Amino acid sequence: MKMRTAAMVAATTSLAFTLAACSGSSDNGDGSNTPAPESSSTTSDSAMAEVAGEITVLTNRTDLVDTVFADYKSAFEAKYPDVEVKFEAITDYEGEVATRMSTDDYGDVLLIPNSVNASDYPDFFEPLGSVDELSQTYRFIGSEANYDGQSYGIAITGNANGLVYNKKVWSDAGITEDPTTPEEFQKDLQMIADNTDATPLYTNYADGWPLTQWESDRGGVTANANAVNELADTDAPWSEGMDHYIIDSLIFDAAAAGNIEEDPTTTNWEQSKTDLGTGKIGAMALGSWAIVQMQAAADDAADIGYMPFPNQVDGTFHSVISGDYKNGINVHSENKAAARAWIDWFADESGYATDQGGISPRLDGPTPDTLKDFDAAGVEYIELTPPPAGKESLVSDIDNAAEIGLWSPDYRQRIVDAARGARDETKQDIFDDLNSKWAEARASVEG
Amino acid sequence: MSFFSTPVRPHAVRAARDARSGRQRFLQGATPWLFLIVPLIFLCLFTLLPVGNMIWYSFTEWNGLSKDKEYVGLGNYIEFFTRPELFRVFLVSLYYFVASFVQMGLALYFATILSFNTRFKNLFKGILFFPYLINGVAIGFTFLYFFRPGGTLDASLAALGLEQFQQQWLGNPDLINFSLSGTSVWRYMGLNFVLFLGAIQSVNPSLYEASSLDGAGKWQQFRYIILPSIRPIVGLSMILAISGSLAVFEIPYIMTGGANGSMTFVIQTINMAFKFNKVGLASAMAVILLLIVLLITWIQRRLVPDEKVNLT
Repeated sequence: MKMRTAAMVAATTSLAFTLAACSGSSDNGDGSNTPAPESSSTTSDSAMAEVAGEITVLTNRTDLVDTVFADYKSAFEAKYPDVEVKFEAITDYEGEVATRMSTDDYGDVLLIPNSVNASDYPDFFEPLGSVDELSQTYRFIGSEANYDGQSYGIAITGNANGLVYNKKVWSDAGITEDPTTPEEFQKDLQMIADNTDATPLYTNYADGWPLTQWESDRGGVTANANAVNELADTDAPWSEGMDHYIIDSLIFDAAAAGNIEEDPTTTNWEQSKTDLGTGKIGAMALGSWAIVQMQAAADDAADIGYMPFPNQVDGTFHSVISGDYKNGINVHSENKAAARAWIDWFADESGYATDQGGISPRLDGPTPDTLKDFDAAGVEYIELTPPPAGKESLVSDIDNAAEIGLWSPDYRQRIVDAARGARDETKQDIFDDLNSKWAEARASVEG
Repeated sequence: MSFFSTPVRPHAVRAARDARSGRQRFLQGATPWLFLIVPLIFLCLFTLLPVGNMIWYSFTEWNGLSKDKEYVGLGNYIEFFTRPELFRVFLVSLYYFVASFVQMGLALYFATILSFNTRFKNLFKGILFFPYLINGVAIGFTFLYFFRPGGTLDASLAALGLEQFQQQWLGNPDLINFSLSGTSVWRYMGLNFVLFLGAIQSVNPSLYEASSLDGAGKWQQFRYIILPSIRPIVGLSMILAISGSLAVFEIPYIMTGGANGSMTFVIQTINMAFKFNKVGLASAMAVILLLIVLLITWIQRRLVPDEKVNLT
């Protein structure tokens, strides 16, 4: 039972991280009949109001709520003695909070669930200020959690994307340099398979969500900050040279060569952390948030390395950075000033991002130690371009209509299944099918 | 009361009695309702109201969160019936349907054996019923370890020298539904078993005695005494088995999440609602499942009418 809770906690927290990147772009486009959000002056007024009262903070970190968060509470209450902070840690954060939002009672400060459409933000959250203003101080403001020029959330931390790997396994296999092309990557996997006992690439197929981590690489693969927006302009995202083609081919080829786990249907996330740390696994595709967890599970934390997606543009690696969950204020909160104080304090002073090995939400925040491998490899960071006004949700609308689920594991499970021979389909069959679903959905959404 | 009171005049007594019996009659009529009022409120609040809501959602296009829902009439139903791939998952239900007969057969077998005098009878009853008491999530995880490569099943086969039968029990798409429906049999057989055992134990023991005096063997006792007397329970189990196999959810969802060809109708509905935010279509699918189950139950009741059992 304990095992299960741990697994679920891990799954949920990580799922949160995973999906964070897509939150900004989900929206249904037409905001014409939505009441305009109150101007930012309201916010500054309430910020000047007394910072007092009791606030309830919803969090997905069931593992930290009694330890790290308890320290935050005492530090915050020392600064604002009139405020009493209460936490509510929720295991199935995404599912539970989205449902609770149909009532007024969803805490004072909460992490904005990824399933909320941007056009619905004004109904549920208090605006924190204009995008222009806040983006002077914070990252991810322009690209995520905003609607109609207003920002509704400040990221708790940020992530880069790439592959966590065991340096010892890779050097034991005789590999000395980061692979720079998908072909080289496949060769390296083969060398790991031939020269070590490790599983070269672990997909974590059964838990599902780790497969969606690959989705965060889009844009970084082809060094195109506009890659996601361009999905709305193409009928065939799975054609040669596009992000999805490169990412999914990489998965397919690795699985077809037998360089993934023997029986993907029985993988186990918790176990995979230890296995990577002890050299039973070569690499896993995960956001940079995972590095700290992998180090904690490793024999020697120095064995854990982080490499960018094996594709270079003009001789340089690129990695997409994106915000994690964003702290927002419940529009029904009675102590908005105190809630706002918490959000600012959390971003500016708590040190949460740095402690978790993430990128600080502040533009002037420190670079985490976890990404020093990226510095050494000369990786350039990309922040995805926000979708143009009126098209905020276009990509997710097409995705939903097509029932492909870019952010759900199903279609990549299908790719793994086909590659390992459990489905009677070739890579091209799958890509053709995905392309035709996409084209059809695009036609129906754009009408 | 009147026991202890002083005597009163007869007509006053009668008047009082009439008044009391009027009130009594009212109370007698109302008593069951008063007892029922709380469960009825719960039934309306937690079952009928949500079902009503779901039916309403099934006529709308809604993403599950937005404040506005767009009324689309029968649009969701039309979409469902024009997309054959949404039906295909019912093929997976067939595995569970067949498995449910295996399950009932085994349950009947064990119930019959344990209704006779058997050594360690209560121990076996406990063992057989035990799986039903375990939480479904725990069972999912247990069997995940059981089926994984080098897991309990493979290890047991190796211990018996049967290495050649080791398989990817969940990785092989031809085998996965057998593995999962096997787990389902293991889990739910206990319930069938207890239902059957209870019914069998209500059979008058003198019938066995009489039949054995007439020279009936155990098989004949089963065929002509036990089976006819538990027919209503068998019928009930049949309905539960059919609706259960159409609505399989817990075991495949926890163990594989519907991957590798183990997708069931309910998992598909959940995905539709929460992965693709098509709550309207998902509600329509849920309503359709409800109707299918009702239809099958009705057909089953017509084919095998509920007879009063009379063995005497």
